Amino acid sequence: MNALAKSCLDIRDLSAVLPNGLRVLRSVSLSVQPGEVRALVGESGAGKTMIGKAVLGVLPPSVRIVEGDMLLEGEDLGKLQPKARRTLIGARTALIPQDPLTALNPSRRIGPQMTDRLVRILGWSGEKADTRIRQLLDEVQIRDPERVLKCYPHELSGGMRQRVLIAAAFAAEPRLIVADEPTTALDVTVQKQILRLIAQLQREHGTAILFVTHDLGVVAKISQKVSVLYAGKVVEEAETAALFAAPQHPYTRALMAATPRYTDPLASLKPVDEAVLAGLAAEIAAADQAWRHPHG
Amino acid sequence: MLLQRFLIRLLTMAITLFGVAVVVFVVIRVAPGDPIAMMLPPGATDADIARLRALYGLDKTIVQQFFIWLAGVVRGDFGTSISLRQDVLGLVVNRLPATLELAIVALLMALAIGGTTAILGARERGTAVEAGIDIASGAALSIPDFLWGLVLILLFGVLVPVFDISGRVSPQLNLPFVTQFYLFESIVRLRFDLTKDLLAHMLMPAVALALPLAAIISQLLKQSLKEVLDLDYVVLARVKGFSETQVILREALKNAALPTLTLVGVQFTFLIGGTVIVERLFSYEGLGNMAIDAVINRDLPLIQGIVLVFALLFVLINLSVDMMYALLNPRLRHG
Ligand SMILES: Nc1ncnc2c1ncn2[C@@H]1O[C@H](COP(=O)(O)OP(=O)(O)O)[C@@H](O)[C@H]1O
Ligand SMILES: [Mg+2]
Repeated sequence: MNALAKSCLDIRDLSAVLPNGLRVLRSVSLSVQPGEVRALVGESGAGKTMIGKAVLGVLPPSVRIVEGDMLLEGEDLGKLQPKARRTLIGARTALIPQDPLTALNPSRRIGPQMTDRLVRILGWSGEKADTRIRQLLDEVQIRDPERVLKCYPHELSGGMRQRVLIAAAFAAEPRLIVADEPTTALDVTVQKQILRLIAQLQREHGTAILFVTHDLGVVAKISQKVSVLYAGKVVEEAETAALFAAPQHPYTRALMAATPRYTDPLASLKPVDEAVLAGLAAEIAAADQAWRHPHG
Repeated sequence: MLLQRFLIRLLTMAITLFGVAVVVFVVIRVAPGDPIAMMLPPGATDADIARLRALYGLDKTIVQQFFIWLAGVVRGDFGTSISLRQDVLGLVVNRLPATLELAIVALLMALAIGGTTAILGARERGTAVEAGIDIASGAALSIPDFLWGLVLILLFGVLVPVFDISGRVSPQLNLPFVTQFYLFESIVRLRFDLTKDLLAHMLMPAVALALPLAAIISQLLKQSLKEVLDLDYVVLARVKGFSETQVILREALKNAALPTLTLVGVQFTFLIGGTVIVERLFSYEGLGNMAIDAVINRDLPLIQGIVLVFALLFVLINLSVDMMYALLNPRLRHG
């Protein structure tokens, strides 16, 4: 077995375009090894969510993948029939969404929303699913699971809903979780708790996570590897410790300079230096040129 | 709290009905046309006319007439039909079931056609299938129910006469029914031969009534579905591995149906209004058909009775829509 076949997730040269021809993903390559947390960091609009959605097969219809492969535990997602791909993704991945307020169906009770994948996609018995969900609710420190399971989403706070969603994500023991800025929409006081919770469950369950964030502080806290994304292009990737010790790309350095205390997850990014941006623009224009005229 | 809301609701309904009664009472008496003159053969004397007017209470002032009528209504006496010389309440109660059956069958058809095409269109959004559905619903909507009735009569009554286009049931049949709900009773009695005959008669008027409503349901529900299908919880359901059809039926439909439901309530009252002309077109013996006769004959007590029953139907429909809305929306249920 070679190293690539063992990757939990392997994205190779992924490009995606909008209807107007604009590339939102520019030959993105990244991999997540089993049990590791890979941070995907970049400013708002860089295409982080797009990458997550591409992996999970839920890109908006307007976004078209034009190039590249995605391998989930060695299975080429692009080569599978839609139904097989859906089932595979449903069985082996999970999503912790950005906004817990909109990620639960307002007209369904929490209980069935947490168990439906276990029962209807994975074929577990209702009893087994119930037991499992209670166990996970305990792990995310929800003290009164009976009440919570009977609640409608609007009866729970944002933090509680995110706990519910985290519990549901880990319940089926997925190999890969895509966490898309899972703390951004929460109250500042709750953000740290939720981040700690995800880190703890990740360690205990050994789940690989593609952790999307715009926050270098969060990157430092949770990830072993990191990819820096700018305008849909990975400009740098490294082990997290190495990146902070010696950032290679000017954009990464600029991001760090703009985040004075990058260990503080609450610090937000400041604007990046003009000269760096100009350099990036040239780099991206060159990449697009090469992409459009591969022989020219 | 809930009881209070319910009582307020009842009071509003009573006021609405009273208002309708007053308006109709006045309008049909101010409008030209004299029921008594129409009843009598040519050459009747003024004395004859005056005697009959007194008999039906038409010699009193409108205000007096109204309160006499209202006192009767409160006791359950809606007066006597001038043209048919029968008890108005009996006539109306006898005809109402035919209209209710027609309206309900039309509503079910509209929900089935509109719902299916909406779900299909949402699932196939952006494709030729959706475009086709849009064109069809646009066409269905731009033609009103009575014109659909005429089109259907020309198509299936004249060009290719495959359906009975006249009446409610084949006259030669022996009917064992004890209620006027022929269709429902035939099903309960397992007399499916009669069900078939009744449905065959009902099919075209019901389709004529259903098509515009089906188009409205289709367009609105498809639009709401498409909006809901972009929401985060639907994306999450797709990630869980559910198919697009499962996602629509399990996650999206209920939430998307709420705005449609309110509209269906309003539109259903329009559909019932549409039965008046459509029943006439297909000689279907319902309340609407009788209403037209009543208007032609200036049968004041009968018109009043029919209009009041229609108004009662409308407020009841609105009430049940509100109740269903609260039932489907957990936020209202607990709020
Ligand atoms: N549904 C969509 N259709 C077309 N373009 C989109 C859509 N959603 C996002 N975009 C564009 O794609 C780019 C990447 O967006 P996104 O992945 O959401 O960024 P991030 O998650 O890094 O903030 C942005 O320029 C955004 O404007
Ligand atoms: Mg995003």
